[in-house]
Amino acid sequence: MIPVILGVTILVFTILYFIPGDPIRLLLGAEPTPAQVEAKRDAMGLNDPYLVRLGRYVEGIVFHFDFGKSWVYNTPVTSELLQRFPRTLTIAVICMLMQIVIGTPLGIIAAVNRNGWGDRLSMFIAMFGISMPNFWLALMLILFFSVKLGWLPPFGIGGLKYYILPCIANAFPGIATQARQTRSSLLEVIRSDYITTARAKGMSEFRILMRHALPNALLPVITIIGNGMGMLLAGTVVIEMIFGIPGVGWYLVGGIGNRDINVVQSSVIFLAIAFTLIMLLVDLAYAFIDPRVKARFAGQNRRKQHA
Amino acid sequence: MMMSKNDTFLSVRDLVVEYTAEGQVIHAVNGVSFDLERGKTFGLVGETGAGKTSTARAILRILPDPPAKIRGGEIILDGEDLLKISEKEMRKIRGRKVSMIFQDPMTALNPIMKVGEQISEVIKMHNDIPWREANERAVKMLERVGIPGDRSEEYPHQFSGGMKQRVVIAMALACSPELLLADEPTTALDVTIQAQVLEMINKLKKDFNTSMIMISHNLGVVAEVCDDLAVIYAGEIVELGSKEAVFDHPAHPYTLGLFGAVPSLAEEKDRLNPISGLPPDPSHLPEGCHFNPRCPYAQEQCLKEKIPLREIGPGHFCRCIRVTEKEGKYVILG
Amino acid sequence: MLKVATVEGKTPKIKRKSEFIVVARRLSKNSSAVIGFVVAALLVFMAIFAPLVAPYPSAKQDLAHTRQAPSAQHIMGTDELGRDIFSRIVWGSRYSLSIGFLAVLIGTAIGMLFGASAGYFGGVVDDIIMRLMDVLQSIPGILLVITISVVLGPGFFNTLLALSIGGIPMGCRLTRAAVLGVRHQEYLEAATSINASTPRIILRHVLPNSFAPVLVSSTMSIGNIIMMAAMLSFIGLGVQPPTPEWGSMISGGRTLIRTCPWMVTFPGIFIMFTVLALNLFGDGLRDALDPKLKK
Repeated sequence: MIPVILGVTILVFTILYFIPGDPIRLLLGAEPTPAQVEAKRDAMGLNDPYLVRLGRYVEGIVFHFDFGKSWVYNTPVTSELLQRFPRTLTIAVICMLMQIVIGTPLGIIAAVNRNGWGDRLSMFIAMFGISMPNFWLALMLILFFSVKLGWLPPFGIGGLKYYILPCIANAFPGIATQARQTRSSLLEVIRSDYITTARAKGMSEFRILMRHALPNALLPVITIIGNGMGMLLAGTVVIEMIFGIPGVGWYLVGGIGNRDINVVQSSVIFLAIAFTLIMLLVDLAYAFIDPRVKARFAGQNRRKQHA
Repeated sequence: MMMSKNDTFLSVRDLVVEYTAEGQVIHAVNGVSFDLERGKTFGLVGETGAGKTSTARAILRILPDPPAKIRGGEIILDGEDLLKISEKEMRKIRGRKVSMIFQDPMTALNPIMKVGEQISEVIKMHNDIPWREANERAVKMLERVGIPGDRSEEYPHQFSGGMKQRVVIAMALACSPELLLADEPTTALDVTIQAQVLEMINKLKKDFNTSMIMISHNLGVVAEVCDDLAVIYAGEIVELGSKEAVFDHPAHPYTLGLFGAVPSLAEEKDRLNPISGLPPDPSHLPEGCHFNPRCPYAQEQCLKEKIPLREIGPGHFCRCIRVTEKEGKYVILG
Repeated sequence: MLKVATVEGKTPKIKRKSEFIVVARRLSKNSSAVIGFVVAALLVFMAIFAPLVAPYPSAKQDLAHTRQAPSAQHIMGTDELGRDIFSRIVWGSRYSLSIGFLAVLIGTAIGMLFGASAGYFGGVVDDIIMRLMDVLQSIPGILLVITISVVLGPGFFNTLLALSIGGIPMGCRLTRAAVLGVRHQEYLEAATSINASTPRIILRHVLPNSFAPVLVSSTMSIGNIIMMAAMLSFIGLGVQPPTPEWGSMISGGRTLIRTCPWMVTFPGIFIMFTVLALNLFGDGLRDALDPKLKK
């Protein structure tokens, strides 16, 4: 995991290193002299060679968890990120819960009623779900629930009701994906030989579903949840912008507008680290639950102990 | 039919099974009939796709329902027609009165459930006993098939193919069934393990006094464990009789072909004689005798009429109009 | 050597052609896939023949009729500069659709090359390529694209480049998996034994066999890429006004959402139907290529 985070940091830093034009010039207001620009760059350490800058940045993150300062406001980026992240994470977590709680049963019902009206209807809706741009859905929701009906606020944070629309907009594609994946996983498992074995034992269809089919079908779906979190974190970028939620996503968009490179790279890397950690947790959970993987894992550990 | 009525445990009559896929109808089983005495082993021999597995699954009514349908016939087990009872009652029979051993042990077990649990599951289902006792019985069952009891806490992937099959056998025999359907139980195993597993099945069968239907395409296996056998081709029984009758005096051209294709340790042969041609497409079966395209003795009549099963000897039946007895052997008339 | 080469060359082609017909037939039986294909084709048609379909040029302003609700002359209304929204959507389809198809095409092609090399050569080459893909995939898709876009700046080709790079990991992984699956097959050993050169082996035998999963995956990605392009335009990167890319049209109409909801609604509906059509077709394609998964 560490090498990956390191790799991500280096990659993002390097890509943004090549930003054309000079954001510093823009910072200094109207028509600064070249000398002023150089002085400012020196002060910010931007005239140092690539490796020095990279080393400084990486060292700051790895050893002090310090992302440096905003180029535009000169405020510490780390504290901004830490303050904003809980809001981003809250939305992502709520959306993930919605995805699991609504999407999974939908997928199960669809698979069990294969080709029945329940299946067709939910898959039809799911198709729309994965085809809708989430920012457009957000605007449509605002249009309907805020502008036309005035039920829910379109902007800001505060109580629970401020989170309702953003979460629905962000979660909808995820719910749809979850339903589809659960359905296809379950359909595949149902055709397995061990399901026939279970029938030959005299088990009822319901018991087979609960004890044999679902546990096997839902296992691969766990990894999808990990990936889904990544998409949710990324989706918050526009969602926060639309709903005016001061999270990491909005910070990032602001940084783009201001050409505040440090804010941009730090936000991206921060989110990438969060994503990597979540994927790690998901992988561990999967290894813990699937006995085939657990055994391999344990086997390696035992070998290491004896080595 | 061929055995005394009071001994007959299972009686299959004119079983017809069809599969419907992409608009086509596949005639898998076309009027199969046979009887099985209590405690005996009956062999079903035939090529892949001949309809053996479909017959067995029809008995348990575990054919996959969207494509497969039992179109006709009777399956009378201990006086009860299994095709007429409700699904709920059928479930009581599955795993308890009738159980099945499947062909591929690698996929027959739930990969994420402990082995012991998969056995105690079937015990608990058919017996009103606490889980602890069910688990104990499961462990005992494992030991009977030669697996140490403490391995009941392990998962299928930790067992070899042969041992997995033993678990499957333990599962099938856990409730002391009266009829065991063994669908090519040794086909997917190494030759060296095959003998072991076969021996174990036979021994357990004797211990429990279970009747058994052994499905195989391997004549050696059939010779080893069966008392009577039927040769199936294209969903029909083409020869039926006791093991001695069929092995010593094979009659049907297909059966002759099967025996001709088996390498013998006694004789020296340059080449094996496989039966020419391929099994027919079950969605477009040939008219008349289904074997006629491959039969070296086929005549005009064979291509047109439906051939009935004729008794050619005591308890020995054959579906061929050209076979007659001559000096104690069966020959095809010139 | 020539003789053997032609024989070797003939067989895969014949196999591919009849396979193609079989797949096409299966596909035609799937009604939703057919609908998807037809709708997608109509949209492509609309993009190509935009001058004939759109009633007005995209930049034509009519300052006397700004912010009009949908009417007979402007079936989807006008924006703040009096431009006909329907026309702009039609013209904009050229940008949105071409970005989608081209980005996926380029990204997948590069990805396939990487994947084939990684799978075929194995060892260090495989390690390096896979590490690179791991790093690329650790950044949630849109963030990576944003990062590259920030450097390249807005504009059609810059956005195309950024989105193509985002599409590389998928093609790479799928191709590599397919190559690994096929690598030890006998016909490859046979080809090597008659001295066929390595690149030839990869091109002739390995790639055609990894085609199917990559094709399905790519078709489904097109919709995703179109949405990402719209998202980029929405946040200020991507393709910017006055170019009528659908995402930037939604972004432009955002401030007027209360008074002129049609500005935001219609472009989004078109995005949705485009992506829906492509996804329906992609789903059907997957079912047709792997009939075991069908009903």
